[in-house]
Amino acid sequence: MTEPLLRVNRLSKRFGGFVALDNVDLAVTQGERVGLIGPNGSGKSTLVNCICGTLHNETGSVTFAGEKMDGLIAHERTRRGLARSFQLPRPFMSMSVADNIRVPLLYTVAARVGHHVSKAEADARCMELLKLVALDAKAARSPRDLTQVEMRKLELARAMAAEPKLLLADESMAGLSHSEVEDIVQLLLRLNERGITIIMIEHIMRAVMSFSQRLVVLVSGRKIADGKPDEVIKDREVIGAYLGQ
Amino acid sequence: MRTPVFVLLEIVAGAALFLILRAVNNDYLFFAGYTVLQFIVLSTAWNILGGYCGYVNFGSAGFFALGVYTSVFLYTVNQNLEELMPESLLPLMQAIFPLPLPVLILLGGIVAGLVGLGTGYLTLRLRGVFFAIATLALAVVLQTFVVNWSFVGGSRGAYVIPPSTVPVLGPYIQYLFLLMLLLVILSVTCARLIERSRLGYGFATIRDDELAAEACGVPTLRLKLIATVLSGALMGMAGAPFPYYIGYVEPGSAFDLSYAVNSIAMPMIGGTTWWAGPMLGAVLLGTLQQIATVTISSAVNLLIVGLLLIGFVIAAPDGIVGLWHTWTSRRSKA
Repeated sequence: MTEPLLRVNRLSKRFGGFVALDNVDLAVTQGERVGLIGPNGSGKSTLVNCICGTLHNETGSVTFAGEKMDGLIAHERTRRGLARSFQLPRPFMSMSVADNIRVPLLYTVAARVGHHVSKAEADARCMELLKLVALDAKAARSPRDLTQVEMRKLELARAMAAEPKLLLADESMAGLSHSEVEDIVQLLLRLNERGITIIMIEHIMRAVMSFSQRLVVLVSGRKIADGKPDEVIKDREVIGAYLGQ
Repeated sequence: MRTPVFVLLEIVAGAALFLILRAVNNDYLFFAGYTVLQFIVLSTAWNILGGYCGYVNFGSAGFFALGVYTSVFLYTVNQNLEELMPESLLPLMQAIFPLPLPVLILLGGIVAGLVGLGTGYLTLRLRGVFFAIATLALAVVLQTFVVNWSFVGGSRGAYVIPPSTVPVLGPYIQYLFLLMLLLVILSVTCARLIERSRLGYGFATIRDDELAAEACGVPTLRLKLIATVLSGALMGMAGAPFPYYIGYVEPGSAFDLSYAVNSIAMPMIGGTTWWAGPMLGAVLLGTLQQIATVTISSAVNLLIVGLLLIGFVIAAPDGIVGLWHTWTSRRSKA
């Protein structure tokens, strides 16, 4: 059996007396599309933060591409191929849209390849990524000029600029219209076709069901289900958690 | 414009300024000009951490004073070589001392840079107002240390007697002016290089959103340390020639609140996002203060700074550079 790309082993995180994550296990294989769902406060974003190094877990471990991530801070994990987008878009407001994409190229890609990324290389890559998310026409604009869906696309393009092996898309569709949700799902599918493993953290079940090959459910910091989407949504415990039965 | 061309232009402009002042042949202009140049270095240095990274440093006076007291310390060592040094080392030390002023500037920069590094490690996990208060506290701690250190004069202060002339140039103040001019070229070139480099992008991401910066692979703590060291070192370098300029140093003058206030006000008024902003602010405020000193009173200086700062914060929060950008973008749209 091949080693999973990401292995989360008995991960726990507390905030004072509140248990946000309780012995969570998760394994994601290369190229997989995983949906991570759960009610508000179930620990989804905390899990993302612990995997990416934004938060430090008290117990348990995160192994990525065969390497232990424990003790590594966020930017070191990004450089090893773990990228994320944020629940609320966090663009660099003082920079242009293109420069937002340039940052991971200058810091993550350059550190990985071990040499400086030339301006021409960076420009070409920026435009390629902006075309992928249909923002090339707004490359020189400020992120302030973008619509909500464009902001989400910029967030994903910026995560992609780090050339990740695994992308954690944290509620990339929150607040978007039906057609905009479809737009983002198609974008994530295109990214996955390029060989990027994706964990989608989402509340919009339509999007999760059409995107995911596997569904993981968190409730009160515990993993209560992990399997094929069609089977998981019929699980009694999952239905109980969502409907309060 | 490429950096070597830019440096060449700076040298030409600096040389022109120096020659014009020499032609006027009034030492007061060199005294007043030195202060303005000193503020250009201080405000440019402040802007590296405060403007580019968004970390407001209220402790500029502390870093400046580190440079001042590095010079005072080494001057005092030179004055007491025979008492301080063992006989075996005395000939060597007599050959080394007195250290030339450029070496004192370099050492002042190293001391302030090292303290900047230590401060960074201790305080850069703090953000916003907490970081600002920590830097203010640093200045107070350093001042208390100096007040109680009798070797450098303690609270009674120390005299540093500069030579009245130097070979070739003549009056010593012209030599000091020239050194400060070189420090201006160094600091402005440094700021411009940062702005156009990978480091500049990294600093801007820290100012905008540190969490997102880390997620993009930016080593935020390391970059903040680089900014604190660079900023502190330049401030220390600006302080090192000060004892030779003023002749008598006591903690009250070296740690003067006006250094901290001016270091913040000048970039804010000039504009924090462009290397020329702090320089514009320093030239404007520094010149106004020098004029006020000779025409009204030196006590009115901080009033001018305060009023201008309030005016700019209300009417032009992005400073003169921001006003310029707004004006040019309106013109291009029209």
